[in-house]
Amino acid sequence: MEPRTPWQALTRGRYVRTGWPWRAVGYLGSGVVTGAIALAVLLLFGVLAVVLVGIPLLLLTALALGGVERRRLRLVDLDPAADPHRVPDAPGLAAWLRVRVREQVTWRELAYAVLHATVLWPLDLLVLAVALGLPAALLSAPLRLALDGQETKVVKAYLVTSYPQAFAAALLGAALLVVLLYPLGAFAGARAALSRALLAPREAELRDRIGEVTASRARLVAAFEAERRRIERDLHDGAQQRLVALTMTLGLARLDAPPGPLADQLAKAHEEAGQVLTELRELIHGIHPQVLADYGLAAALTDAADRSAVPVDTTDIDLPRLPAAVESAGYFAVCEALANIGRHSGATRARISARHAASLTIEVEDDGRGGATASISGSAAGSAGTGLTGLADRLAVLDGTLTIISPAGGPTLLRVEIPCPALPDRSASSSQRTASSSAKG
Amino acid sequence: MSRTARSLRVVLAEDSVLLREGLIGLLARFGHEVVAAVGDADGLRAAVAEHDPDIVVTDVRMPPGFQDEGLRAAVALRADRPGLPVLVLSQYVQRTYAADLLDAGDGTGVGYLLKDRVGQVEEFLDALTRVADGGTVVDPEVVRQLLRRHRDPLEALTPREREVLALVAEGHSNGEIARRLVVTEAAVGKHIGNILGKLNLPPAEDTHRRVLAVLTYLRA
Repeated sequence: MEPRTPWQALTRGRYVRTGWPWRAVGYLGSGVVTGAIALAVLLLFGVLAVVLVGIPLLLLTALALGGVERRRLRLVDLDPAADPHRVPDAPGLAAWLRVRVREQVTWRELAYAVLHATVLWPLDLLVLAVALGLPAALLSAPLRLALDGQETKVVKAYLVTSYPQAFAAALLGAALLVVLLYPLGAFAGARAALSRALLAPREAELRDRIGEVTASRARLVAAFEAERRRIERDLHDGAQQRLVALTMTLGLARLDAPPGPLADQLAKAHEEAGQVLTELRELIHGIHPQVLADYGLAAALTDAADRSAVPVDTTDIDLPRLPAAVESAGYFAVCEALANIGRHSGATRARISARHAASLTIEVEDDGRGGATASISGSAAGSAGTGLTGLADRLAVLDGTLTIISPAGGPTLLRVEIPCPALPDRSASSSQRTASSSAKG
Repeated sequence: MSRTARSLRVVLAEDSVLLREGLIGLLARFGHEVVAAVGDADGLRAAVAEHDPDIVVTDVRMPPGFQDEGLRAAVALRADRPGLPVLVLSQYVQRTYAADLLDAGDGTGVGYLLKDRVGQVEEFLDALTRVADGGTVVDPEVVRQLLRRHRDPLEALTPREREVLALVAEGHSNGEIARRLVVTEAAVGKHIGNILGKLNLPPAEDTHRRVLAVLTYLRA
């Protein structure tokens, strides 16, 4: 395994011959630069902090320095330090500032900035001066002797007057350099570890971020649902109404038209408009069935059963109203399952059962030839595979699961489970009525 | 249940202006009078209270929520005024809506038609008068969809009996059913008798039993 930090590199035999000493030098050298700048800026804003405006400026400096330092860390630490800051929920400077001020890492960054500007960069400089300056002074002895012609003082202490002496000093310098590169690397490693501790995200922050990713996926699905409904509404209140009005006008015109080619043409136009209307109605229903919003999942499942090509038994459905996203996911899961049964299973009957305890459980069973599990990987019947995979993805956002038990030869059982609370309100009573009326059959 | 030539006083509730104006024109042309045309459920309730119409024609989805306000208003109106004929125009082939409507009151004088049906002008007017006369009319498309399901208690019915029941649900009289199936009216009567027997509906007032049969059908 290749070393990923100076400390790891130090324990390998070939440390000096690798690039690691030079990475450490680069890290410390650039640290001197950023630290000196940070000191200047902090001093300036620290003065301003007396009149308050400096405080946000100090924070901004700390944030900026944090970013630079995380990048600089890459010189001696091959594992990247992720940005621990959260993405603000709302756009705008105010929202951004609100989030930043509340984050613990912002204050860790401020602490680092102060530490870096006051202690760390002078230390960097000192280590560089000792580990590189001392050998350099020794190494340059012959050159300086040549320039001076008579004598030169090495490390301000030893007087060198002859070339053998000078070259001995240079040799000593070279040896010293090799030796001193070790503590230099160790220091750079310590320095990097300190930076990482203060600037990299902590475990809790990473956990928050996973929560955030899940939440953002859920937001995406919610936005997609909302868009579905908007399209449904637009088609329903726009195109569909106009088409109805058109067929009505054509119907009236047919009554007025005397028999002949004009009446025939009107009849044809009327019929076609009627067909378009039927197609549009089916399309709108497929986008988002209104019964789902009005009566809930129980009624919508019964409706889906009505539309199925294979006869479906729905006597075992007993559901309260559930969150819209859950009802929608459950409904489309069953639609997909019924479509698959109609297309691939060869089944003659199917059964839907649905109940709700702490979670919604829907089962769709058929008496077909089975083997649907293979298609979930997309290998066999392609459309069925992608459909079921899409289903699983959709359910995963809601922490739901999709289970398919489908031995070759059948029967196939598809189970959808989504944890969710029931909705307690007026819509619950209306669904009870629906559920009981559908249970009567 | 035969068609009457009388002029009906209609309260119309439809939020699409285009369709509302079209329906007013259509009804006026055939001698019916739209005494009030409104665009939402509250307006519908107020208009019925004010005009006491012969029949209410209403859309399902209306402002403010654009859900099933029109249907809810119709159900509430029938609870207040038993026997008030209501024809609901819907964009959805869904028995849930139809069953809700038929459950309100005794199931007579109600109709659930797809909006597409207003394009079939004569069919639409025929349904309108049948509902006004106390008939029960369910859109053939809804009926057709239900026919695809073969479950108890309808499983006991023969295909011909199912056909007859479908026509009953669409609101046709025995004579009309006989004409459509090209059989005698007596044969239709016999079929209906068998259907009522198989659906476990003991003899009572005849039209009521027909409605019950339709309700059974819708809930199947």
